[in-house]
Parts: sequence; C-alpha cells; structure tokens
Amino acid sequence: MATIDDVAQGSETGPKRKLTGYWLILPGALWLGAFFVIPFYSLISASLFDPKGTPLTGYDMTWHFHNFWSALVQYRSELGRSILYAGIATIACLIVGYVLAYAIAFKSGRWKNLMLVLVIAPFFTSFLLRTLSWKLILADDGKVVSFANWIHLTNVLHFVHLTSTNDRLLATPFAVIAGLTYNFLPFMVLPLYASLEKIDIRLIEASSDLYASPIRGFAKVTLPLSLPGVVAGTLLTFIPAAGDYINATLLGNPNTRMVGNAIQSLFTSQGDTAAGGALSVILMVIIVAMVLIYVRTSGTEDLV
Amino acid sequence: MSPIRRLRQWIGKHLILGLGLLILVYTFVPIAVVVLMSFNDNSKSKNVYRFDSFTLQNWLHPFKPSGMGGDVLLSIEIALVATLIATVLGTMAAFALVRHKFAGRSIANLVIFLPMASPEIVMGSSLLALFVAGGYGGHLGFITIVIAHVMFCLSFVIITVKARLNGLDNNLEQAAMDLYANERETFLRITFPLVLPGIVSAALLSFSLSFDDFIITNLNAGQRTTFPMFVWGANQRGVPMQVNVIGTAMFLIAITIVLVGEFSRRRRDKVLAT
Repeated sequence: MATIDDVAQGSETGPKRKLTGYWLILPGALWLGAFFVIPFYSLISASLFDPKGTPLTGYDMTWHFHNFWSALVQYRSELGRSILYAGIATIACLIVGYVLAYAIAFKSGRWKNLMLVLVIAPFFTSFLLRTLSWKLILADDGKVVSFANWIHLTNVLHFVHLTSTNDRLLATPFAVIAGLTYNFLPFMVLPLYASLEKIDIRLIEASSDLYASPIRGFAKVTLPLSLPGVVAGTLLTFIPAAGDYINATLLGNPNTRMVGNAIQSLFTSQGDTAAGGALSVILMVIIVAMVLIYVRTSGTEDLV
Repeated sequence: MSPIRRLRQWIGKHLILGLGLLILVYTFVPIAVVVLMSFNDNSKSKNVYRFDSFTLQNWLHPFKPSGMGGDVLLSIEIALVATLIATVLGTMAAFALVRHKFAGRSIANLVIFLPMASPEIVMGSSLLALFVAGGYGGHLGFITIVIAHVMFCLSFVIITVKARLNGLDNNLEQAAMDLYANERETFLRITFPLVLPGIVSAALLSFSLSFDDFIITNLNAGQRTTFPMFVWGANQRGVPMQVNVIGTAMFLIAITIVLVGEFSRRRRDKVLAT
C-alpha cells in the first residue's frame, strides 16, 4: 500500500526531496548537540580540573581524578539519600500512578481526554508554589497531622525512621518523599497510560472467559503487557527525582539534603566548579548504571 | 437481585474509577491551596502557612512586592522567546522524524528522549560548565537562560507534535492529492490545520515549562532573577501572598486554553458523528 511518503515523493523523487528530512531536523539537532550533548563533555572536563582554581582565576586542566574520590567520600550520605528517597517516591508513584492510569485507560469512557488533561494540569501551576503548598498542608497544627496521629501513621513513620519525632510530618524525610511523589506523579501516569491504552481489551476478556479471576487476569495479562510503560514511567520518575533538591530544601531539614543540594551549592555559593562537576558526573554515572541494569533485567530494551 | 449484591456489583464496577478520581483530587489539593492563599490577608500575623482572613487586595495589587513585577515580566519574555524557537524547531524535527526517512533516526530519537530523562541539576551544571569554558561565565543572563530553556523544551515539543502527526489520517491527504491539490496546497490546507492543535499544545507546554523552571535557570541566570527565582529567594523570609495570584492566574489562563480546545474538539466530533 502506498504511504504518504510515497505519495509526497511520487511526483519528484530526487536527491533534493531526500535531503528535506535532514534540513528539517538540522536546526533542532544542532541545538540539542550544542547545548545538551557537548555540555556533558564540558562537565566531564570540569570534573577533572585542578580544585585549587576559582571561577575568577580560572581552572587548570590537570586530569585531577582525585576530585571524584573526594566528592564521593564527602557527599556519600547525600548520594545515598537521593537514591533512597527517589527510590521510595518512585515505588509510591508506581502504585498510585498505576491505579490512575488504569482508571483512565479502561474505566473513564467518554471522560478519557478530560482526565488526561487533568493529569497534566498541575504542570500549569508553579512547581515551587505547589511544593510550598505542602508546607501548609502538612503544618504541625494542621488537620493532616492530627489525622495521621489519630490513625497512628505518625508512630509508624517514626518507627521506620521516616520522621524524627512522632508528632510531626513537616521537615522530615517523609515530607521530602511525599513531595517527590506528588511532583513527579504525572511522569509516571502518562507512559503507564500510553502502554495500557495499547492493550487489546479482548485479551483481558479472553482471560476472564477462561475462568481467570480478575486478579489473576491482571497479573497474567494486563501487568505483563503494560511492562514497557512501567519501565518508562519508573525511569522518568526516578531520574529527575534523584536530582531534585527543591523538595529536600522546602519540605526537609538540614539532615535531608540530597545530592542536588550539594551540586547546586558547589556551583553557586561555594564556587567550586571542579568538585561540583565531579559530583554531577558521579550522579549521572550512578543513574546510567542503574538504568542499564534495570532495563536489562526487565527485558524491555526497545524503550525509545 | 438483593440490594446488597447490587451495591457490591456497583462498587466493583466503579471502585477503580473512584480511586482514580480520588487520586486526581489529591493532585489538585496543592493547587487549591495556591488559589486559596491568593485571597489570604496575612498582614497582621505575617504567617504564610495559614489562611487568616479573606481579602481581594492581593488580586488588586498583584505587583506590590518590590522586584516581583520585573521578575514576572522577565519570565514571560524568556518563556515567549524560548517557546517560539522551541516550537518552530521542534515542529520541523517532528515532521522530519515522522514524514521523512533518513539515516541516524534512532540516534536522533535517543538524543530527543534523553533530556526528559536527565536530572535537571546535571543538565544545568553541564550547560554552566560549557558557558564557563567558552568564556561566557561572566555574561550569563537573558540569552543563556533562553538557550537552556529551548534545549529542555525541544524534546517535549517534538514528542507532542510527533504524537499528533502519527495519529493523523493519511487518507485525508491522499484525497486532497487525488483532487489535484499540489503538495504545497495539501500541506497548507490539510496537513497543517490538522497538526495545528498538536503544535498549540506543544507551545503551551513549552511556555509553562519555561515559565516554571528553577533548577536549570538558577545555575545559568547570572545576575538576572526570574519569577521562580524570586519565589525561592523570598521563601527564606516568607513568600508574599501575591506570588499565589501569579500562580493562580497562570494556571487559569493555561487550563482555559486547554479546556476550550478539548470541548471544541468534542463538539466537532459530535457534529461529525451526526
């Protein structure tokens, strides 16, 4: 069957038409090349600068690999917290996001598009203002805290060391994780929805015709078929969450600092480009390594 | 059927939808707080985390806090320029990826996906390292912010327009060609109008992302202050309530555009169906 490409190219197939694609993508590709790909090279070289330099005097390139070691030692707890907090937030997003994506894909009927719009609607209010709102919602004298007290949630959270006292939620690791979960939820829902929506509903019906219980049908049919969405969603949630420092700053305390806080302050207030660069590279390497292992084990390599 | 059984069936049928709606409500709670606080009068208590009493003063004088008006204006200027560039370049790239065959397409797709899957702090610090290495460390400002914003908006524009292009009914274009429209006419009168809603949503998303960005901007802004940077700075001593007015206004404008688009699409579908 003739595709639209064939139709479009039918009249004048020649070297000129073949080049159109390249001309169209060239400006965008150059922009991403110059300001997304090449900067990684600058970052890696900055991470090997002599740490004795300052932003004013400039830095000497001395292949100072020790930067990595000292950053790793000095900021290991920040790195650990970033992975832990982002990991828990990703799992929470997966559970909550799956329910929402499933409801939109299979249960929303004619309200499907409206619900999808509502999923991305929070993007239209400032990230900072939404995060600050949680300070008010989780405030010590607020309803949420007293309800959490009443159902003994605060005791449980204190028991698992997600809060430091058993009567407050704000300025605790729990608040940081809750903030991350809230802020990155749409990044989980959209890829999950995209892969759930592609599932042929007849397959699920077939499983129930063959006397599978709804739960068994879900575990054996729906969940495996939605796996590409699960992988894409967890990556799109975990990666930005691991680098975030807004939630850690606004909702946490000095003991919840994440690696983003450290990189940010090294580059700005401390003016230590070499150490900041090294820490940034370490974060990227950890993320890439985790992504590779994860994508390998989940067996979905044709992600993009 | 007994009423209890009927109730159980009804719950079984609607449980997941109900949970989904509850989750949506949860995502809107902080937005409701922003809207509520835009009407808050805290001039007596100075407490920024409690609703004291109702006032319209914040809405009547939204730019009262010193410096905020200029920062909002700067954010709007940056978002307009970045959106324009990202939408044009991104739409062209989306057409290339969907409509044209060329070598290196999978590499292109990967490079487009990566900015969405990279931590902002790494992208921001990399760009800063580039600007410093290129000798622009002392000239950070409007241009470097726009460069950064176009960079992270491009991917979102490309995937949005690509999705719209992929969902297009090729038959319409073939029909136009069969009716002796040439390539240019087909593009201008059929393809482009059909893709336009995708381009508009891409531009809207881009504008919001740019207006909202803090982490990358903060690293590459030099001496300039955007609205999110103003909020961040003001937070140390308690944000003025007027920031909630700006937040609410931006939200209302964006959501109105989106909903008008959604309902006009619905109406068109209904007309076409009858």
